[in-house]
Amino acid sequence: MRKDDSTLKPVPDGPPPAPVVQRLRVRYAKRGRLRFTSHRDISRAVERAVRRADVPVAFSAGFSPHPKISYAGAAPTGVASEAEYLEIGLTSPCDPERLRADLDGSLPPGLDVVDVVVARTGGLADRLECSAWELRLPGAETGLATVAVEKFLAADRVEVERMTKKGLRRFDARAAVLTLAVSEGTTRTAGQKPGPSCVILRMVVRHAVPAVRPDDVLTALRLVADFAPPVPPEVTRLAQGPLDESTGEPADPFDLDRDATRGGDPGSADHVVGDL
Amino acid sequence: MSVESLFPRLEALLPKVQKPIQYVGGELNSTVKDWDEATVRWALMYPDAYEVGLPNQGVQILYEILNEMPETLAERTYAVWPDLEALMRSEGLPQFTVDGHRPVRAFDVLGLSFATELGYTNMLTALDLAGIPLRADERGDDDPIVLAGGHAAFNPEPIADFLDAAVLGDGEQIAIAISEVIREWKSEGSPGGRNEVLMRLAGSGGVYVPKFYDVEYHADGRIKRVAPNRPGVPWRVNKHTVMDLDEWPYPKKPLVPLAETVHERFSVEIFRGCTRGCRFCQAGMITRPVRERSISTIGDMVEVGLKESGFSEVGLLSLSSADHSEIAEVAKGLADRYEGTQTGLSLPSTRVDAFNIDLANEFSRNGRRSGLTFAPEGGSERMRKVINKMVTEEDLIRTVTAAYGQGWRQVKLYFMCGLPTETDEDVLGIADLAKKVIKAGREVTGSRDIRCTVSIGGFVPKPHTPFQWAAQCDDETVDRRLHALKMALRGDREYGKAIGFRYHDGKPSIVEGLLSRGDRRVGAAILAVWADGGRFDGWSEHFSFERWLRCAAEAGIDVDWYTTREREEKEVLPWDHLDAGLDREWLWQDWQDAVNDVEVEDCRWTPCYDCGVCPTMGTEIQIGPTGKKLLPLTVV
Repeated sequence: MRKDDSTLKPVPDGPPPAPVVQRLRVRYAKRGRLRFTSHRDISRAVERAVRRADVPVAFSAGFSPHPKISYAGAAPTGVASEAEYLEIGLTSPCDPERLRADLDGSLPPGLDVVDVVVARTGGLADRLECSAWELRLPGAETGLATVAVEKFLAADRVEVERMTKKGLRRFDARAAVLTLAVSEGTTRTAGQKPGPSCVILRMVVRHAVPAVRPDDVLTALRLVADFAPPVPPEVTRLAQGPLDESTGEPADPFDLDRDATRGGDPGSADHVVGDL
Repeated sequence: MSVESLFPRLEALLPKVQKPIQYVGGELNSTVKDWDEATVRWALMYPDAYEVGLPNQGVQILYEILNEMPETLAERTYAVWPDLEALMRSEGLPQFTVDGHRPVRAFDVLGLSFATELGYTNMLTALDLAGIPLRADERGDDDPIVLAGGHAAFNPEPIADFLDAAVLGDGEQIAIAISEVIREWKSEGSPGGRNEVLMRLAGSGGVYVPKFYDVEYHADGRIKRVAPNRPGVPWRVNKHTVMDLDEWPYPKKPLVPLAETVHERFSVEIFRGCTRGCRFCQAGMITRPVRERSISTIGDMVEVGLKESGFSEVGLLSLSSADHSEIAEVAKGLADRYEGTQTGLSLPSTRVDAFNIDLANEFSRNGRRSGLTFAPEGGSERMRKVINKMVTEEDLIRTVTAAYGQGWRQVKLYFMCGLPTETDEDVLGIADLAKKVIKAGREVTGSRDIRCTVSIGGFVPKPHTPFQWAAQCDDETVDRRLHALKMALRGDREYGKAIGFRYHDGKPSIVEGLLSRGDRRVGAAILAVWADGGRFDGWSEHFSFERWLRCAAEAGIDVDWYTTREREEKEVLPWDHLDAGLDREWLWQDWQDAVNDVEVEDCRWTPCYDCGVCPTMGTEIQIGPTGKKLLPLTVV
């Protein structure tokens, strides 16, 4: 370390960290009781799983190197998800399926790795345009829910308020909701047998700023029709990805990476990292 | 009878509380054994928040050892925050374990690990939420045996009314022995109920059952005597000492939490015990003699622990880690092994005089060189002689100069305020010391870009130390001295900006003092504080000095009498019947030596000075060097 020149930013001794030669994109689920993990909890768990599985993850330079793992739009604490995404930079190439199995085996049960692809295109985060959500509402009445959903869908705008880190915010919860439907089913809390019957709301919501979350939609249903479920809902993100206009559902955001593998998307060649 | 999981009921409450993940369990390496296949079931509690309790080594070690026994299972429970406590009360949800989410009252033993006395009110919350009567004498055969361990259990008298039993010292072997006694008793059909199993435990000589002892008092309030109130109960209860740490290489599979905790690393105890003889240090007195873990076992434990956990930092724990006879070889071996793997090594508790720059360089080779911490404890040479912290000013300046010269920019210095015989000048001496440190650092680096932080806390006299007879300094005096020190540091034009100052005021120390040296009568104050809403006394945002003073007064407890009163040599102390092995006459002589500034050497390197522990407990010093090498890992 330099001791005489405080204007220069000190750099650690030793060689610079190994460069990234491959990026893998990971779809993972948070299920059951692990839905209570926060985004920070998950990033610590992933970093440890990566070490346990001996994944050759790349590190940033500097005095406190960080593993090169980036996360896209994490579901809120308490919300389960079948479709969370992260990207890992590697210093040597790995087989995606093997990494999927190794990482899954090193994470606690409930944080499950579903799918891994080699990143061959840019901007995964930009591709996550919308999410499909499912809300299970134990003790709610189907008739009331149906009326509330009809009123909500008929409205142009439903303003809701939510406390955020920046204070109380007021915004429209209607425009971002692309589809919203009511059905019936059973509750399925962590590790349980199917519970009593409940109302299920299924919706596709466009990602917007500020984000419209499933609980905002519930707030909106209360505002338009006094629809108020007796207990907190069980919320699951079923999918997220680019909006497929033909189905009105999110498509698989890995499709483009898989197409690139097959040589189907020459336009993405610029983004290919490494020399596989 | 099978026990249903409480999780479905808990789950409905979790969306309404802060950091719900701390209550769900499922940590890597956690264990949920089949309830019906076990005969002896332990609920282990660290009576503080999950984020503090989860990393606790003692609980993790016992959890693993007990779960390795075929007919025993162990689960963990922690103090719930007030937000969840309120919901549990309104929903009638009892205290649960985080592993199987089973009700704590269904277990055979509730084992509490008390690292500090400030967890006592949290114990009462847990008992109450569990539906276990707070007072031991009101418990029936269906209630668990409430058992305390940890350093605070060396004087469990203030919580004697709430405990069925306490154990002193290392828990590994005695936990197994207790499990065995309970298994036998249950297999016989639990003859004689609760009293019988407690008698069997007490009769073994290694378990203290408070209700089998009566305390008599003099008219002036001092204790007259403590005596067994039935045959078959020993007059004195001994501490437990594990002699071969290599035979007990736990934790093997460290618990890896999902929630953020206070220590995010894999910790290996490199030795137990300390004979440096610092007179304020209860840990050093009650954990004698020194027993080292060998370099090869340390190396194996680090390898397995990192592999099992995925932690990126290793902490080498002990009371004074640089004193391990082969610390240089351990440091170099680990730094070699993990070079280039982004694995950090840390060495908490380093003495100024045991520190050397080669060691520090090894420890920072794979990581940051951000800060070093030393604990001179006393601000003046005289003060350090009183407490037997044999560190000279020259030692300190030489060490920090070397550290600054090698690229460290930040040095932390720990001190105590309120030590016996302390004067205002002793405390102001800390400011002079800090300034000299900065001056020396600027000279050696030629830069003003170096810092020193002074961290200072109030001294609390503890049982089983030479200061067990001392008057605790009152909080007003401590606060006045801390204020004067702050002014002396902040007001300095030349050095003030380079010196940071962190301190705790003297009030929590008074409560800690009351709970540390209290007797059975103090239990009434603890109960009153708890009933008044006292929780999480170790947390400044929850601690209320006003509540403690008010409730203690209402319970008829004179806090000054327990804290700031000096004791006579012959006064019976509440813990005199609990044997840490220390010879009472030696402790008294050491107390007299303290007042006369007489120092005592470490018995590892000088002849035995007859503290009494080894002959009383049948133990001996176990140190290296072994001459073995820490092998690098083979590359897979």
